[in-house]
Amino acid sequence: MEAGTRLTVNGAGRTLAATPDTMLLDVLRGELGLKAARFGCGEGLCGSCRVLVDGHAVASCNTPLWSVAGREVTTPEGLGTAEAPHPVQAALIAEQAAQCGYCISGIVVSAAALLAHTPDPDDAAIRAALDPNLCRCGAHNRILRAVRRAAAAMRDRAA
Amino acid sequence: MSAAAVLPLGLRVTPQLDRWLSVSPEGHVTLSPGKVEIGQGILTALAQICADELDIAIERVRLRPADTAASPNEGVTSGSLSVSDCGLSVRLAAAQTRGLFLAEAARLLSVPQEALAVEDGAITGPGNLATSYWELADKVSLARPADPAMQPKAPGARTLAGRPVPRIDLAGKVFGTRPFIHDLDEPGMVHGRVLRPPRPGATLEGLDEASLAGLDGLIALVRDGGFLGLVCESEVQAAAGLVRLATAARWTGGFELPDQHDLSAWLQTEPTEASIVDLREDPEPAGTTRRLVRRYLKPYLAHASIGPSCAIATWAEDGLRVVTHSQGIFNLRADLALVFGLPEDDIVVGHAEGAGCYGHNGADDAALDAALLARAVPGRTVRLRWSRADELARSPFGAAMAIEIAAEIGDDGRIAAWSHEIWSNGYVARPGRAGSPALLASFDLEKPFPLYISQDPPLAGGGGAQRNAVPLYDFPAWRITKNRLLTMPLRTSSMRALGAFGNVFAIESMMDELAHEQGEDPLDFRLRHLGDEERARIVLERAAAMADWGGAVPEGRGRGLAFARYKNTGAYCAVVAEIDLAAEPRATQLWVAVDVGEAINPDGVANQIEGGAVQATSWTLKEEVAFSREAVTSTSWETYPILRFSEVPEVTVEILPRPDQPPLGAGECAQGPTAAALANAVHAALGVRVRQMPITRDRIIAAME
Repeated sequence: MEAGTRLTVNGAGRTLAATPDTMLLDVLRGELGLKAARFGCGEGLCGSCRVLVDGHAVASCNTPLWSVAGREVTTPEGLGTAEAPHPVQAALIAEQAAQCGYCISGIVVSAAALLAHTPDPDDAAIRAALDPNLCRCGAHNRILRAVRRAAAAMRDRAA
Repeated sequence: MSAAAVLPLGLRVTPQLDRWLSVSPEGHVTLSPGKVEIGQGILTALAQICADELDIAIERVRLRPADTAASPNEGVTSGSLSVSDCGLSVRLAAAQTRGLFLAEAARLLSVPQEALAVEDGAITGPGNLATSYWELADKVSLARPADPAMQPKAPGARTLAGRPVPRIDLAGKVFGTRPFIHDLDEPGMVHGRVLRPPRPGATLEGLDEASLAGLDGLIALVRDGGFLGLVCESEVQAAAGLVRLATAARWTGGFELPDQHDLSAWLQTEPTEASIVDLREDPEPAGTTRRLVRRYLKPYLAHASIGPSCAIATWAEDGLRVVTHSQGIFNLRADLALVFGLPEDDIVVGHAEGAGCYGHNGADDAALDAALLARAVPGRTVRLRWSRADELARSPFGAAMAIEIAAEIGDDGRIAAWSHEIWSNGYVARPGRAGSPALLASFDLEKPFPLYISQDPPLAGGGGAQRNAVPLYDFPAWRITKNRLLTMPLRTSSMRALGAFGNVFAIESMMDELAHEQGEDPLDFRLRHLGDEERARIVLERAAAMADWGGAVPEGRGRGLAFARYKNTGAYCAVVAEIDLAAEPRATQLWVAVDVGEAINPDGVANQIEGGAVQATSWTLKEEVAFSREAVTSTSWETYPILRFSEVPEVTVEILPRPDQPPLGAGECAQGPTAAALANAVHAALGVRVRQMPITRDRIIAAME
């Protein structure tokens, strides 16, 4: 039996004992105790389990562990904390952009991926980037405002 | 006469102050409400009210999760009643607590109470006299009943209630650090899954137990009649085990489901209980010139919460402990006691937050599932989670409704008589309301409980299918009737707004149609029929002004208007909707004016209204539970699509300032008006009436023919 699957999670090298066909979400929430990525559907259709893999937002619920061997995984916890929030997180709080909040950590991931590649997205680009994320409470407009606010803040910071 | 001479409902049931709040020497106040956070922001509103009355910083307020062992029994968190029932109870309890502390301070400092002031819990008086709530915490007993004569602060003296305070739970959710029930871990926790029959009502014919030998991590296979589940060491093992279990089980029979494509006919031929909802007779009926009869249909709708239902249970020697995201922990406890034949005192049900809840979803059912699994592994704590498919297909649905409205127009161009007839399953099959449980697994046990057929409370209690069936308009005569189905092949119960969604859709579509028949502007036509409903007029005129009603509309789009007062006793809401019909109907903009009475947290109210309007847009334009004659086929987001970011309309909300009026609740008032405004917008653009939801391109084309 091999020693395990090696990858980077939130900047730290990890060797994980789970079988390689275990889904990444189960490993994150189980073995690693990182609970911010959430189970929603198990089919990659709702976005609540999204994480960054080498900077791209992917559904971790149907991503097997073997497929991320050697890669860099960033969970919502790795994007920011209350002490050092990611601009998207700060903007979501400023806009009070959630109701139940179950979907919101996955939305943080999608928005962070968008803004990392596209500093000044138009409305259609923001909506397209968030289309893989479902929100049932109807907080969409606040979330869209928050992403615009975060984009502006990131551009200011870069300037 | 004092406005508070009658205690609010929460304090009437639980008058002891110390059941509601406590003051600690360490400098905080612990609030223990019986209402629960379901994504609506109630905890923040309660903290605002409490901090305001006590004159403390909101950060000092701690919220104790509701628990049947200690919290006041506030029934179910539903019906947009949390602020009016619980919020006003907290306001009074906090006001009285402030008074008790000031009286004690006055006694100790030997000054009149009127000479004392409070700032963030510090009490100061003439000269350098000073003490604080925290110093006096051990000296003041709150073990006393609430005083109905207690006067809370005047509206103008409030500094927190009425202002947009940030949600106290939101940052933790954004950072992913505030746990949902799905995230709670306990040492030694084990994991369960339940296999539901493929067809509602099917019975378990056989189980090939041999094929399950050697399942990884299996602790217990649980079978009780047709209830089938397993408990494993890890969640991954439980999920893998469930796949094996599904192939090992053989089922037989089950209900025949209705024809999804002929729901109207089915609803009108099933056995029903007929009742008169309301009658108004015109002593001097005017002559009528025309009669219009229209039929409307609302399909079954799914709650479709983003997080599947989950529960945690421990079957210990001293009783059963359950953690749930149910809206009604005491009601759930009552049903669990019925199922297990236990005294209620042997069961403790605690609340933990789940994903957004819009009514009676699978939370209570999951709690029984977890308890049944826990009984098989005494002493161990079991977490049970539903699949996405079960969450969509096994939670109770919002009932399908057929509605027929007939209106007679008088010689004077006014509506002279109105009738509204409903065919629907009941809208309430909540736990804890009857001598028999309403929990899903209870119908499948070896000794099964009878399937609980959904009921409708009387209109005075909010109603169910008949909610908002009585128009707010001042028609001289009406006849409102309801036919409640006595069969229930698809399980139905409370979903946001209950029957109001379908009824307001029908009434406000009809009003629009009648206005056009008369060649009259739909706004003027409504205002003309509103009698002395001044607050209703104001929201309608406000929404119209926000949208520049009557002004130019972009090419290819239409605008529609609708209005309702939720439950005819709650919030007033008017909506103007704009729809684009270039491809699939797409809502582009909603203008919403509301009067919710006192708004404790205006931003929270706006969030609820925006969210309600967006969700109702999804229901109206996209949603419909699909099923064959054997099974529900809406089992994933592909077969039950909901509105996505690229389809969401802009929403503009205006809250009319009413700080001196009782709070009316905000969570559900936008649902019905949004649906009708969208339907009316389709007519404005194309001249076509679509009277069946969802309003899709296919339905529009069908309506043209």
